[in-house]
Amino acid sequence: MPKSAVTPTRMVLNQLKGRLRTASRGHKLLKDKRDEEMRQFMDIVRRNKALREKVDQGLTEAFAAMSMASAVMSPEMLEQSLLYVRQKVDLGVSYKNIMSVNVPVYDFKTQATDLTGQLPYGFAQTSGELDDAISKLYQVFEDMLELAQVEKTMQLLAEDIEKTRRRVNALEYVMIPELEENIRYISMKLEENESSTKVRLMKVKEMVLQDAHHYQQ
Amino acid sequence: MGSPDTVMGFKALGLETVPVREPEEARRLFKQMTRPDQPDQYAIIYLEENLAAPLADEIDRFKDSPVPAVILIPGKDGSLGLGLSALETAVERAVGVNIL
Repeated sequence: MPKSAVTPTRMVLNQLKGRLRTASRGHKLLKDKRDEEMRQFMDIVRRNKALREKVDQGLTEAFAAMSMASAVMSPEMLEQSLLYVRQKVDLGVSYKNIMSVNVPVYDFKTQATDLTGQLPYGFAQTSGELDDAISKLYQVFEDMLELAQVEKTMQLLAEDIEKTRRRVNALEYVMIPELEENIRYISMKLEENESSTKVRLMKVKEMVLQDAHHYQQ
Repeated sequence: MGSPDTVMGFKALGLETVPVREPEEARRLFKQMTRPDQPDQYAIIYLEENLAAPLADEIDRFKDSPVPAVILIPGKDGSLGLGLSALETAVERAVGVNIL
């Protein structure tokens, strides 16, 4: 029996058939979308994983170099040399559309490109270890930016995949079976009505014939 | 965002740094950075891993919005693996099972 009350008329039957067509087409499209999203997602996850490991390792190295630097120099000196920032980073965000998910694309510009331009201090009073640490950090930072982009993309895609998956499942296991069930119910009901009408007509015909001609079959 | 020692180096790179001296401060500072009236103030927030655990609910708020991206980075004492576990959560969310 159908779950919701449907009136077994031809009009409702046509409506339901239309809805079933739409639902099946939507189901197919969403399924394709989900598959493609999944494919892209796996690529991104793999990239994210590699980058994450790279950044983790790079940062550990950079911090080690940093502690080397702070061991060689006095804390005041270290703080002083990093006090005035010469380098400036401009970060622009634009959006890219992956399977109708808006993901951020970072565009970053630094003012100076060579190391001497980056360093906010003179070489005279600082140790080489500090230069080393900063340059290591700088290298890691480029990966960190990419990581930020990839990770955000991954999170947004994950959310959208979840949504798409639910829709696909809802269509596949709830909507479409229910519609089919209702259609079957209505067409059976209509057939039943038809045959009962036919029987009634035959009966009437028999009665009329008997009345007119005293005709016995 | 992180302990003063961690963020010091990034300052030299030209990033805006938010030193967190006390872990209790982290929540207030994070909230300040992500104020709803200035949603585009920061596009990326790099957060030191050991500050992330108590801020988990704040971070989750931004999981589904394009900005800001909250990215966990290992602190001075090495990686805690929180970044990788965030990745696994996302995979689990999308695929249904952890396939990594």
